[in-house]
Amino acid sequence: MAKSNTPRKLEPDGQQDPDRERWQRDYQAQLPAETPVVNRSGIRINPLYDETNWSGTRYTQQLGYPGQIPMTRGIYPSMHRGQTWSQRQLIGFGVPSDYNARLHKLLESGVSAVSLIPCNSVYRGFDADQVPRELLGTCGVVLNTVDDMDACFSGVDIAQLSTAQNDPSPFTLLALLLAVAKRRGIPWTRITGTSNQSDYISHYVANHMFFRLALPGARRMLVDHIAFTLEQVPGWNPLSIVGQHMQQAGATPAEAMAFTLCTAIQYAQDCIDRGLDPELFFPRFTFFFDISISLFEEIAKFRAGRRIWASIVRDTFGVKNPKAWRFKFHAQTSGVDLTRQQPLNNISRVTAQAIAGILGGLQSLHTDAYDEVLCVPTEDAARIAINTQNILREEAHLTDVIDPLGGSYYVEALTDQMEDKIREVMDTVESAGGMYKAVQEGIVQTRIGESALGFQRSLDTGEQTLVGVNAYESEGVEPPVAVLERPNKESVTQYLEGLDTYKQSRDTPAVARTLDELATAANSERQNVYAAVVTAATAGATHGEIVARLREEFGTGDPLIVP
Amino acid sequence: MMQTPPRVLVTKIGLDGHDRGSRLVAAALRDAGMEVIYTPPWQDVEDVVRLAQDEDVDVVGISSLATDHLLVPGLMVALKRAHLDHVGVVVGGIVPHDEEALLIEAGVSRVFHPGSPMEEIAREVSQLAANARQQAPELLD
Repeated sequence: MAKSNTPRKLEPDGQQDPDRERWQRDYQAQLPAETPVVNRSGIRINPLYDETNWSGTRYTQQLGYPGQIPMTRGIYPSMHRGQTWSQRQLIGFGVPSDYNARLHKLLESGVSAVSLIPCNSVYRGFDADQVPRELLGTCGVVLNTVDDMDACFSGVDIAQLSTAQNDPSPFTLLALLLAVAKRRGIPWTRITGTSNQSDYISHYVANHMFFRLALPGARRMLVDHIAFTLEQVPGWNPLSIVGQHMQQAGATPAEAMAFTLCTAIQYAQDCIDRGLDPELFFPRFTFFFDISISLFEEIAKFRAGRRIWASIVRDTFGVKNPKAWRFKFHAQTSGVDLTRQQPLNNISRVTAQAIAGILGGLQSLHTDAYDEVLCVPTEDAARIAINTQNILREEAHLTDVIDPLGGSYYVEALTDQMEDKIREVMDTVESAGGMYKAVQEGIVQTRIGESALGFQRSLDTGEQTLVGVNAYESEGVEPPVAVLERPNKESVTQYLEGLDTYKQSRDTPAVARTLDELATAANSERQNVYAAVVTAATAGATHGEIVARLREEFGTGDPLIVP
Repeated sequence: MMQTPPRVLVTKIGLDGHDRGSRLVAAALRDAGMEVIYTPPWQDVEDVVRLAQDEDVDVVGISSLATDHLLVPGLMVALKRAHLDHVGVVVGGIVPHDEEALLIEAGVSRVFHPGSPMEEIAREVSQLAANARQQAPELLD
């Protein structure tokens, strides 16, 4: 029989290709008792993929073209060839003047997108004078007032800068930023950026630190925040839906994608119930994911997620605006995969994770510094993390071709299988009555806990290798002593004095009045409670005062922790 | 040998909420036969002292993934003041090298870092619990 160049298909009568049969026999002869290979999401991985697993005839249906349904290959026609990704590293440390100095350094280096990471005291909803002072500014910038926000962006034109703020419900940081804009005479329509950490469900489930208001209040606050920004700050992305927390907490890649999509569906439904226009709010939804080192699994996770999202928005919600079908996501390399032992190995791990994210078609990337398991990253380590991205892009040429793994038998088959797995998990959530109900009942939390335990067991038994930890340990290699930066004690003291002065020199009756109005708005379905937050911030109320007042009305956020 | 299983408080103080580690360690200690008292994050130092007293624990385990270990020296002082010097204290999580030394100096028995095998943690905690019981003051009726 003459060999042809066309790919061989299964014989119509179901007969196997004789060459394939021979390979199977030879393979089994070489590996008679092989342990099955299973990925983190529980999918069994074959030793070889060919047209029996995925056929090119399904191209139009399963792949299509970049920027077109089914979106598997990417959300834009030119993808990374046209525009690579935003390099948005996290910044936030010390007091506002420290943040401002770091910001100016970054801007001089040509960065156009920055982040703002507040101190853990802010995350917990407190002002600096309500927490142990040893902790102030150690993990992010202390930021409580409109003066603080002004100082953070001193000498910077906030109309020209897109900021991603870690700003959980009730979104006080955006309120303070809008107050600064007002002070500087900048119209809110020129303010751009994203409310990161705006996904309260992920906080309730997995990142408990960010959970400030009880569930019903958080639910109301988010929808009002979306409604407010759509109308008043149209360049702002009010919502970033986070799979990262769940995967960091132990969810498998498939579970993390499934729970994230279910959360997005929940928020969309809540927006629709509030009377918002899906054609307008869907294009403002963005996502944030973890990238583990399970390289092909992560690539397949992103490709499958993109496909599912497009079909949900277009087919389930019937949205016609093609911008709404785009699954825009930021991704961060996973800290869970990094080790304290032989920490320089983490550079290799981050590289592999970043490759997975880039080949998965991300829009924005944060690469972890190798010393993140030792301390808050040092400047040297942060530079290596950024250069890892530059090397992958400009030396390794990862961006020359759009979706370069598209059409690979393995990647396509795995993408299909991940899609099935993700949809299976989504079905369990939907049959529990949707994400809100499922997390109220702890279904999601229990599942994540089980997966975390399962992964830990695979490390403890050595089934999953972790170099330097359960394999290839090398005695005597000590982690380098990190150069620690702790905030200057004097500047923290000065900050606290400044806060005290600020509180005493305000128009106290006006602040009290806006806080009362905030309480009234919280109890009236007909008012936008987020508009009242912005009014209070503009009048001079602090972050802690706004959160405290809302906690009185809505109840304090008490995450459901399943031990 | 100890008459009853070791009693261990697994908790987080301060402001950080990353609790994957504390939950995994709590499960591992339970699997190893210990009685674990587990709390949500964000306990005050005073909460931990009160719990250690009320629950009559042998060991307190503090999980710290951000910088909350900076509160541990204060916790050690508070435990001492409450006459709980015999209670063993271990810290697990991300603790920089030079700050580990500060914790040990303050009286922490052991700092576990990421990658510590669960078996090792259970073994050491159990040993610490045995020591704590030997040193515990006799209870008066």
